[in-house]
Amino acid sequence: MKISATVTLKKDVLDPQGKAVNQTIKNMGFKNVTDVRQGKYFEIEIDEANKEKAKEIIEDICKKLLSNVVIEDYIINYK
Amino acid sequence: MRSSVIVFPGSNCDRDVAVALEKFHIKNQMVWHNDTNLPKTDLVVLPGGFSYGDYLRTGCIASKSKIIDDVIRHAKKGGLILGICNGFQILIEAGLLPGILLRNIGLRFLSKNVFLKVVNTDNQFCLNYKNKDIIQLPIAHNEGNFFAKKELLKMLEDNNLIAFKYCNKNGEIEENSNPNGSSNNIAGVISEKKNILGMMPHPERLIDPLLSGEDGSILFTSLIKS
Amino acid sequence: MKITPEIIDKHGIKPDEYKKIIKLIGKNPNLLELGIFSAMWNEHCSYKSSKKYLKTLPIKNDKVIQGPGENAGIVDIEDNDAIVFKIESHNHPSFIEPYQGAATGVGGILRDVFTMGARPIATLNSIHFGSHLHSKTKNLLNGVVLGIGGYGNCMGIPTIGGEVKFNSSYNENILVNAMAVGLVKKNKIFYSKAKGINQPVIYVGSKTGRDGIHGASMASNKFDNNSEQKKPTVQVGDPFTEKLLLEACLELMKDNSIISIQDMGAAGLTSSSVEMASKGNLGIELELEKVPCREENMTPYEIMLSESQERMLLILNSGKENQAKKIFSKWGLDFSIIGKTTNSKNLILNYNGNEVANLPLSSLSKDAPEYDRKWIKSTNSKKTENPKNFKSLKISTCLEKILKSPNNSEKSWVWEQYDHTVMGDTVQKPGGDSGVIRIHGKNKGIALTVDSSANYCLADPVTGAKQVVCETWRNLISVGSKPLAITNCLNFGNPEKDKIMGQFVETIDGISQACTYLDFPVVSGNVSFYNETKNNSIPPTPTIGGVGLIKNLNNMMTKNFKEPENHIFVIGKTLGHLYQSEFFREIMNFNNGPPPKVNLFNEKNNGLLILDLISKKLVSSVHDISSGGMLIALSEMCISGKIGAKIRIPNNIIGKHEYLFGEDQSRYIVEISEKNKKEAIKILEKNSVYYEVIGKTQKDYLDLEKEFKINISELSKFNSIWFKNYFEENYGS
Repeated sequence: MKISATVTLKKDVLDPQGKAVNQTIKNMGFKNVTDVRQGKYFEIEIDEANKEKAKEIIEDICKKLLSNVVIEDYIINYK
Repeated sequence: MRSSVIVFPGSNCDRDVAVALEKFHIKNQMVWHNDTNLPKTDLVVLPGGFSYGDYLRTGCIASKSKIIDDVIRHAKKGGLILGICNGFQILIEAGLLPGILLRNIGLRFLSKNVFLKVVNTDNQFCLNYKNKDIIQLPIAHNEGNFFAKKELLKMLEDNNLIAFKYCNKNGEIEENSNPNGSSNNIAGVISEKKNILGMMPHPERLIDPLLSGEDGSILFTSLIKS
Repeated sequence: MKITPEIIDKHGIKPDEYKKIIKLIGKNPNLLELGIFSAMWNEHCSYKSSKKYLKTLPIKNDKVIQGPGENAGIVDIEDNDAIVFKIESHNHPSFIEPYQGAATGVGGILRDVFTMGARPIATLNSIHFGSHLHSKTKNLLNGVVLGIGGYGNCMGIPTIGGEVKFNSSYNENILVNAMAVGLVKKNKIFYSKAKGINQPVIYVGSKTGRDGIHGASMASNKFDNNSEQKKPTVQVGDPFTEKLLLEACLELMKDNSIISIQDMGAAGLTSSSVEMASKGNLGIELELEKVPCREENMTPYEIMLSESQERMLLILNSGKENQAKKIFSKWGLDFSIIGKTTNSKNLILNYNGNEVANLPLSSLSKDAPEYDRKWIKSTNSKKTENPKNFKSLKISTCLEKILKSPNNSEKSWVWEQYDHTVMGDTVQKPGGDSGVIRIHGKNKGIALTVDSSANYCLADPVTGAKQVVCETWRNLISVGSKPLAITNCLNFGNPEKDKIMGQFVETIDGISQACTYLDFPVVSGNVSFYNETKNNSIPPTPTIGGVGLIKNLNNMMTKNFKEPENHIFVIGKTLGHLYQSEFFREIMNFNNGPPPKVNLFNEKNNGLLILDLISKKLVSSVHDISSGGMLIALSEMCISGKIGAKIRIPNNIIGKHEYLFGEDQSRYIVEISEKNKKEAIKILEKNSVYYEVIGKTQKDYLDLEKEFKINISELSKFNSIWFKNYFEENYGS
C-alpha cells in the first residue's frame, strides 16, 4: 500500500524558508501571491493489507520521525 | 585588472574575497544583487556564504537576482567569473556551469583543510599552478557533493574541464580523501570557454603564512598574469 | 479578565510578590500588566536570587571599558580597538528542541554583541550532556551541534572553540552555553541607555509572532512531567534574517542616528523597552498596533511577551527616521516607529488608541524583588580511602582507556561541523588550548577559551570555581596571550533550596578570589538557575569564557610538539593528586574526595613565567596540564605534532600512577630546544619556579621507560574514534 504524508510547520511557527521564497516570488513579478509555507512530502510503501493497521503505523512514524511535533504538524494522505 | 564582488543577502565571504583580491592589486568593487548593471569589470566574483539562508535550494534564490542577467551577459562575452562555494552553487543554478551540488554524503556541514590536485592549468585562474600540483585549501560547506551523470562526467573529463580534484597528501585521487561524495572527486569545474570557474574550496582563506598557508594566493596571482 | 490566584501562580509570581506589585503600582494589575511583571520579575531578567552575590565580583581594572549591566562586557586591546564579549545559557529551550534551542542561543548572544556596535568575530560554546548511554543523549548532542553550526555558519562567524562534556547528572538538564566575541572601535560603542524625550522608538528586524511567549519564565522553571506541554513556546531561529539585521545595524551605526539600541531577547519587547527607558531614567510610550506582526489578531499581551527572534529596538535622534528606514528596507527588514520616549518615568502601552497598560518603570526594574536566600555551606568531600589495587594497573591500558573515553576524546567530529575559518583571520583553530583570531588587518590577535570543571565544583565549590578561572587563565597563557578578562555563565539548580544556594554563594566566592588575585575581572555574564528535574539538580557548573591579547602574532604559541630531540620540561610541581581525576573516574569508577588545591601564587607566577619564555622565543610548544594529568597532556602534544617523546619518570616519592595521572594545578608542559635550554633554566631558577626535565621529543613513538612504547598514529586513533563510532552506529556514515 502506498501512503503519503505531508509535514508542515505549525501555523504559528516562523517559516524562514517560506518567507524567503514568498519574497522572491513577489520580486519575480507574481504579484498575487500573498504567502508561502514550505513543508516536506513523503511517499511511503508499506507492506500491510489492513488499512487501519497501516494508518496506525504511519501515524506512529510521523510522530516519532518524520515530524518534529514541537514545531511541525503532519497530514497523512491515503490513496 | 578590475573585479566586481556581487553581494547577495546572506553572502558572508564577500569581504574575505575582496581582501584577497585587493592584496594582489586587483581593483575591486562591491556590487549589490539588486543592481541591474555590472560596472566596467574584467572579473566577476560570486562569493561564499548562505545567500538567502540556503533556503529552497542552495544558490537558487540568488540565481534569480536582478544582477544575474548582466552576469550572464558578461559570461557570454567571455568575461571571467569565479564562483566560490555558495558562488559555485549560484553559477550552477544560473546555468553557467553544468552539474549539481548535492548535500554532503555524510549529511553534515564540513569545515576542514583538504588536499587538492590541480588538474587543469590551462585557464586564467590556475595559470600559476603547475599541472598536478598538490595544494591544500579549506572547505566549509553542507552542499558540496558535485554530481553529474555519466555522459556529463565523460564530457568534463574528455574536454579537460575539471580544475581541481580532492586527493590525499600524496596526490592520489581516492575515495577516502573525497570529503563530500563528489563524482570523480571533483572540487572545481570550468566552463567550456574556460572563462568561468566554480569551486567548493576557499582560496581566499589561505593567502597568508600566518594562517598556515598560501596555496590560495596562487589563484589570485594567476588572475593578474598576462 | 479577573486575576485569580491561579493566574498569578501560572505567571510564576508568588503571593507575597503579588502583594508587592499592588503596593508598588497602587492598583490591581490587569492581565497584560501581570504578564509584564511576570517577565521582568522572573529570575532570568531580575537576577533576584543572585544579585546580592554578583555585586561582590571584581569587575574593573584599567582595561575594562564596560563591565556587567550592559548587553555585553568590553575590554580595551589598544590602538582604539576594543573587544565586546559575553556568554549566555540556552539550557531549557535546547533540551526541549535541541536544534532550535541551540540555534537561537547562538543568535541571541550574537545580537548582544552587535547591539553594542561590534562586528562579531568569533563564537565559542560549552555544551554538557547526560551520560552517553542515556537514551536522549545522542539526539540532543546531534541536534545541539547542528543548531550551533546551522546558525553560526550561516552568519559567517567562525566558531573557534568550546567544550563538550558528558555526565549522567545532566541526563534531564543539558547545558548549552554560547559565547560571542566582537570587535569595535573604542569611540563607536553603542549602549542601551535612552537619552532625551520625544525621541522616536523604532522596531526593526523580523515580525512578531506567537513564538516563545513566556520563554523567559520557562527558563526559570524547573522541569517536571508537564514540560511536554511547554513545547509550543520554543522559538524558531532565522540566521538569514539575523545576518541582514547585523549588516543593517552596522550600516546605520556608521553615523550618529542612534541614541541607544537594545536587542529583544528574553521577554522581548517588554524587557528591551523597560531596560532602555529605566537606564535613561525616562518614560516610554508605545503604540502596539504599530508593531509588525506575523499573525493575525495578536493581542497586546502576546505582542509584549513574544520572544520572536531577530528583532531590535532603537531610539533614534528625531529627524533620522527616513535615512534609517532606507537602510532597513534595503536589507528587506521591517522598520516601524512604534512610540516615543517621555518624561513620565512610566511604561505606557496603547492599542488602537486605548491605554492598555500603565506602570511605573521603577516597579519593573530597580524595585524588583531582590532576595537574600538561605544557604548552607557545602559538605565538601573529605580525603577518603583510595580505591584499592590501582597501583598494579598497566599504565598503557589506563592511557588508552582515558584517551578513548567520551570526555577525553578529541572533538574534531564536533568542531569540523562549525565553520571555523570564515572571515579569514583564524590563526589558531579549535583543538588547541585557546582559539586565536587575528584583529583584521593587524598583526595582533585575541585568544579565546571557554572552560568548566563541574566535577571539581561539586566536590568543593570554592576550590572548583577557583580552578575553572585558573584553567581559563592557563589556556590563554599557553597560546602566548596576556589574559584580560572573563565572562561567566553560572548554571545551577533551584536557588530556593539552601544547598543549591550554598553552591552558588561559594562558587561566586571562588571566582571572586581567583579573579581578584589574577587581576582577571568579570565583565559580563549570565545566571541560569532551576536546572533540575524531579529534584535531581545538575552539579554547580560555572562556565568561564576568557579573552587574552597577543600583541604580536609572531609570538603565538601552539601545543603541538615541533621537532625531535628537544627537551620536555614540566613547569610546576607534581604532587600526584588523584581524587576527582579522570583516572579515578574513568578507570576506577571512583568519584569521591576533594579536587586538587589551587595555589593562586603559583598559578600567577608560573603563568607569567611561561609568557616570558614565550615572548623570549625560548619554547617551541606549550600545553597546560589539566583533566587527565601529565600523560594525557603529553599524548595530546604528540598527537597534534605527529612527533613522539621518550619519557623517564624522575625519581619520586610518589607512585607512577599518581605522577602521570595526577591533576595538580598550575602546571604546563613545554618543549625547549638544546640551544635554548640553558637560558630557559636560568630564567626558571631566577623566578624560583619548580621544573622537571622529563625527557626528549623523538620521532614516531611515545616511549615511557620501563612501561610502554606506542606509535603516535595508534595513539591518535585511540583519541579520535569515539565520536565517529558513537554516531555511525545509528546515523550511517
